[in-house]
Amino acid sequence: MKKNEVPQDKSNLESANFKELCYAVDENGEYTTELSTGWDPKTIALNNAIEAINERISDSKQRVKDQKVSPLEYYMELHKMDLPILASYVGIWKWRVKRHFRPAIFKKLNKKTLQKYAEVFDITIDELQRTDL
Amino acid sequence: MEIDFKHKQAAHCENGVVANLMTHNGFTVSEPMVFGIGSGLLFSYIPFLKVNHAPVVSYRAMPGIIFTRFAKRVGIKIKREKFSNAQTAKTRLDENLERNNPVGLQVGVFNLPYFPDEYRFHFNAHNMVVYGKRDGIYLISDPVMETVTSLTEKELEKVRFAKGTFAPKGHIYYPTAFPKKLKLEEAIIKGIKHTCRDMLAPVPIVGVKGIRKIAKLIRKWPKSKGIKTANHYLGQIVRMQEEIGTGGGGFRYIYAAFLQEAGKLLENNKLLELSKEMTLIGDQWRDFAVEASRIYKNRSNSGAVDHYDHVATLLENLANKEEVFFKKLKKAI
Repeated sequence: MKKNEVPQDKSNLESANFKELCYAVDENGEYTTELSTGWDPKTIALNNAIEAINERISDSKQRVKDQKVSPLEYYMELHKMDLPILASYVGIWKWRVKRHFRPAIFKKLNKKTLQKYAEVFDITIDELQRTDL
Repeated sequence: MEIDFKHKQAAHCENGVVANLMTHNGFTVSEPMVFGIGSGLLFSYIPFLKVNHAPVVSYRAMPGIIFTRFAKRVGIKIKREKFSNAQTAKTRLDENLERNNPVGLQVGVFNLPYFPDEYRFHFNAHNMVVYGKRDGIYLISDPVMETVTSLTEKELEKVRFAKGTFAPKGHIYYPTAFPKKLKLEEAIIKGIKHTCRDMLAPVPIVGVKGIRKIAKLIRKWPKSKGIKTANHYLGQIVRMQEEIGTGGGGFRYIYAAFLQEAGKLLENNKLLELSKEMTLIGDQWRDFAVEASRIYKNRSNSGAVDHYDHVATLLENLANKEEVFFKKLKKAI
């Protein structure tokens, strides 16, 4: 890649006033660095990934409304987590966390356990228990 | 206290931290040099791990290993510490700052407030330097940022104790002892040999063979996983290739820059030629990303199966090119 070919496409980096450093060759074939504002193929991939996450969040929201899962699953998706990540944040075994996704079991959870989840998601226990998301 | 620390932006966080820490201690080393000597270049597919619900492909060595190899090869000593307790972790960091010692830190990206929201995933192998503390605020030199930044005590604790894969556990590291002169020449040769060995390894998921394996999987995905999932997987492969700051062709260009610098230092013209060749390979990785993005741009693509075959072929060509390349590189030193 030549220095003048370093991509300067519009990207999500712009909002944060953020530029990436790239290695490229100058007109004499010497390696140098240049800042890049972003590159479309990368931005599209990132946007798709975010879209997929948003889809997972809204699917989960619906499942909570339908009382198929507890709000825990929704908050997990909202924080871009998956089961192993959530389990390690709360310090509870994966299979137990998975069980807590069941509304009936979630309702019976004690304060202490709920508090653990609430802390991870940075919300109150009341907010955590609400199903009208 | 504030340590007089020179922040220099880098393409990749780990190389950048090492290069900046070395420079601070009076040994000017470039980012590509760190990457090359530490044998950072790699290709690997990790079948048993999933990140963001997609398979993981890595274009560089495991987090932390670049510095370890670099240190061993140039003859410096490093100290690494991990903590189970956040309070001890904080105390130890403060002690180091007190002693005017800037330290490298491994952190999670998800809670980094100065990162653009879209880039905040649960990725735990980011690196930064803490070079001071003013009124309870830590002064941060994050190598992928253009300028220095800062974090509150609470923010720093959160990123140091992020959870999940590669959980940092408050990990800090810094060089402790230096030789009179760095053994660069020897180190370069060791670094190159190691990279050649890795890339040509007879393991189905590593190096050239790993690229072929992924190409094969890409051909299967649209049928076995459905177009939607296949697009998601393909997007993740490109995102890994183009991690923050490796802009197009990713790590291949950094490696080409290393070969150029090494060729001059060792007065080896073959390396200069190979640097040019690596640049072209980097360009082809870029082409692969462009072609792949054409597929996942259009989420409902009817002719997509052919396109998948096409990008798989591009990858296979790349595997062939890199195989020839690393065989030549092995002989060149």
